[in-house]
Amino acid sequence: MSRTPLRPLARILEARARGENPDTIERENLRLRRERADDADRQRAEGRLLVLVILFLMMFSVVGARMGMLAAGNPQEPRTASIGTPISGARADIVDREGRVLATNMITHSLYAQPHLMVDAEGAARALAEIFPDLDAARLTRQFTDPGRTFVWIRRRLSPEQIQAVHDLGEPGLLFGPREMRLYPNGQLAAHVLGGTRFGREGVRAAEVIGTAGIERALDDTLRDPAREGRPLQLSLDLTVQAATREVLQGGINLLNARGGSAVLMDARSGEIAAMVSLPDFDPNARPAPPTEGDQADSPLFNRAVQGLYELGSVFKVFTIAQALDDGGVDPDTMVDTSGPLRWGRFAISDFRNYGEELSVRDVLVHSSNIGSARLAREIGAEAQQSFLSDLGLLEATPVELAEAPGAIPLRPENWSEISTMTISYGHGVSTSPVHLAAGYASIVNGGIAVTPTLLRRDSPARGPRVISEETSQHMRDLLRAIVTDGTASFAEVAGYAVGGKTGTADKPRPQGGYYEDRVLATFAGVFPADEPRYVVVVTLDEPVETSGDEPRRTAGWTAVPVAAEIIRRAAPLLGLPPDYGPSEIAAGPADALTPVGN
Amino acid sequence: MTEMVHGAAPMRAAEPVLPRWWRTVDRWTLSCVLLLFGVGLLLGLAASPPLAERNGLPPFHYVERQAIFGTAALALMFAISMLSPDQVRRIGVTGFAVAFVALALLPVFGTDFGKGAVRWYSLGIGSLQPSEFLKPCLVVLVAWLMAASRQAGGPPGKTLALVVILAVTALLIIQPDFGQAALILFGWGVIYFLAGAPMPLLFGLIGAGVGGGVVAYRASEHFARRIDGFLTAEVDPRTQIGYATNAIQEGGFFGVGVGEGQVKWSLPDAHTDFIIAVAAEEYGLVLVLFIIMLYATITLRALHRLIRERDTFIRLAGTGLVCLFAAQAVINMGVAVRLLPAKGMTLPLVSYGGSSLLAAGLMLGMLLALTRTRPQGQMGDILLRRGR
Repeated sequence: MSRTPLRPLARILEARARGENPDTIERENLRLRRERADDADRQRAEGRLLVLVILFLMMFSVVGARMGMLAAGNPQEPRTASIGTPISGARADIVDREGRVLATNMITHSLYAQPHLMVDAEGAARALAEIFPDLDAARLTRQFTDPGRTFVWIRRRLSPEQIQAVHDLGEPGLLFGPREMRLYPNGQLAAHVLGGTRFGREGVRAAEVIGTAGIERALDDTLRDPAREGRPLQLSLDLTVQAATREVLQGGINLLNARGGSAVLMDARSGEIAAMVSLPDFDPNARPAPPTEGDQADSPLFNRAVQGLYELGSVFKVFTIAQALDDGGVDPDTMVDTSGPLRWGRFAISDFRNYGEELSVRDVLVHSSNIGSARLAREIGAEAQQSFLSDLGLLEATPVELAEAPGAIPLRPENWSEISTMTISYGHGVSTSPVHLAAGYASIVNGGIAVTPTLLRRDSPARGPRVISEETSQHMRDLLRAIVTDGTASFAEVAGYAVGGKTGTADKPRPQGGYYEDRVLATFAGVFPADEPRYVVVVTLDEPVETSGDEPRRTAGWTAVPVAAEIIRRAAPLLGLPPDYGPSEIAAGPADALTPVGN
Repeated sequence: MTEMVHGAAPMRAAEPVLPRWWRTVDRWTLSCVLLLFGVGLLLGLAASPPLAERNGLPPFHYVERQAIFGTAALALMFAISMLSPDQVRRIGVTGFAVAFVALALLPVFGTDFGKGAVRWYSLGIGSLQPSEFLKPCLVVLVAWLMAASRQAGGPPGKTLALVVILAVTALLIIQPDFGQAALILFGWGVIYFLAGAPMPLLFGLIGAGVGGGVVAYRASEHFARRIDGFLTAEVDPRTQIGYATNAIQEGGFFGVGVGEGQVKWSLPDAHTDFIIAVAAEEYGLVLVLFIIMLYATITLRALHRLIRERDTFIRLAGTGLVCLFAAQAVINMGVAVRLLPAKGMTLPLVSYGGSSLLAAGLMLGMLLALTRTRPQGQMGDILLRRGR
């Protein structure tokens, strides 16, 4: 831009020639220059003001449009708590192997109060105390009239009748929040397996349901996984078998005056648990609080089948004999020295009865000789015994899908000495749970393949490593059957099911050391049918006494065995096993029935 | 003759004050202001009884106070709108001096009313927020300084204006009151923009503003919480924003009905910062759009008049005032619809609050005074072919 000079020489000279003051020319030029600058300013300002006009027009339009969009949208139900993840009450159902419901969800309502909305706080508190007798009217009144409180939880779950009763109060400050609650329609039936739930994070519009025990806790993440999309969790349990087992066991406990007991019914090939009962039990819909005093093992919450670690006694002899037959260079007819008592240092091992100088391996098991199995174990050696029991899964916690299972690690001697080897051979020195035992028996009788116990339904049997040969397994099945036909478990005979099994009567250890004289843990570990094993059953009774005779009888043969037999009698048809009465009976029976009738 | 001697009735060549005021004032803007004040009273009737109840006062306590303060504010507005631009400038500059001292003394004599920021003087009959009054006065001062710098031999106005602005901003940030600080910086930016700020500098300043925001986010928990609340995708329904959004949705196009709204019971600031939510819930989108239209009319009419203005000071001061007014309205409503992060900013003329009302009266009075029709030398243009 060219600047016009303020004092152009030509005009100055001209003005001087005319005798005028040349300063007026400069002033005039300055004025013009300033006016031009003002004009330029104004024009620029006009442009920029237009920009501002457009800017504000846009801002007002955007706010208006946004208001319109919001107003046009449907009001959304306000979602609860965006801080962290939203509360989801969704939890998959649990069903048995046939799809029958074991645990499901039900819509219920929580009750809460917003005192500032209340019309008559004291009246509401009184009325609530009438509807819910466990609520204290004075305390509610105090909460409702406290000006600092805007929110009071009153109940976590309401029955429909209670909802109606509260609704009828017509108090606007009492509000209901929907939520899902866990429901166990079968009550106590599979209490220890299912465990129970509680509410986790709670909001007004939903509440988290969290597993507290059993499979609900062990598989909590799986059950709450949104990816399941409501697909139920299928267990290996069979509801009818579970019911029959529980009923029979409860009856046995009552008849035999036992403190408690457990029963486990396991598929011998797949390790699937078809029934698991521990008594006394509880209702998972209203799970009791854990006892604060006394022995936890006597609490109804205690799952004897999984958590109870016991020295199970003679039932362990099966493992000793199986190992001896498998790699000890003996066969069932090999004679074993049973002269007693067998002394080792300051210990003396004796038998329930004196069996004479020697017994065959077969009779050591059938008549349950401690001395015989101790001698066999000494031959086997500590290391081999340890590794064999370990292969059977008897020295580690079971992988059963229960929250309590990982804590139930079998107790074993720190120093696995020769005397330990000898006592363990007949079931003293190692404490395991009934589920351990069932899995061990399943592995022995199913042809020698190790099974892992599970509560989840499996589609195909899991093939584990081989622990004993097929031939040894066959021998063991025969021996177990012989115990029932000729030995200590004669009450286990169930017509048509060829039950085999071993009894165990273990003196209970005193807490202060040593063993009780008159308190035993009676166990029967059985298999049926023995010729082609399908199921393993383990029944334990805690301090049973059979009092029908002259003197009280406590051995397993008089206590656990009849209970187990009754369980088999009830459960086997439910499990789909037809009774097999043998060829002779079938031949004799139908011959009469099918006598042709001439017309 | 006696009258002439004693000056009791000065001779005047021009027409009397009131008719001339009526002829020259922007009557559209005036109508909009009165309507907004009416809407404010109407919404106060709906929004403030819950608060009054909570504080144990008669239900319409706050409406009465709003009416009293509003009348005072309107009187102030009318009085100031009759002044000449020179008088407006004097009031602005004097008012700025007083308000600045008051603002500087806040940390000593002020109170925070338990809200975490020292912004108020507690007087007997009510509280006073000096920053509200400071805003219009500051705009006038800055405009004056900038306009003066354009004159030959004028003071270094732009530098002085910058110094003043930085001092005020610093005082506001101490409180802390980031909203008012941002608003004042915005007002200064508009005036500087209009006074011919070079474009690269403007962009640089916007960049610096964004950078400053980031620094404030890192440094101040108060600030960071609000930004975080804004940036979260989900609305927590228990926050003020959540309630406000829900209220707007509940209201729909025609509202849930007078007195039927729920949001006023849940929002502590229903009668001030979130009054638009109350309007949306009870009267629906219709009233909200009407309110927006009123603000837009005031803003656009004022800007339209200022486009033709030849006097630099009037142009700058008028634009600064109207932009401040409009920005406050936009920010307040933008917060309620979640376009902007939560910010304690009142809706001018509508929200309850003595300081806010009186300051709005002062601001609009100045604006009306500055936008009155005046001869703009068009005749001279035509006769002398000067200018465009």
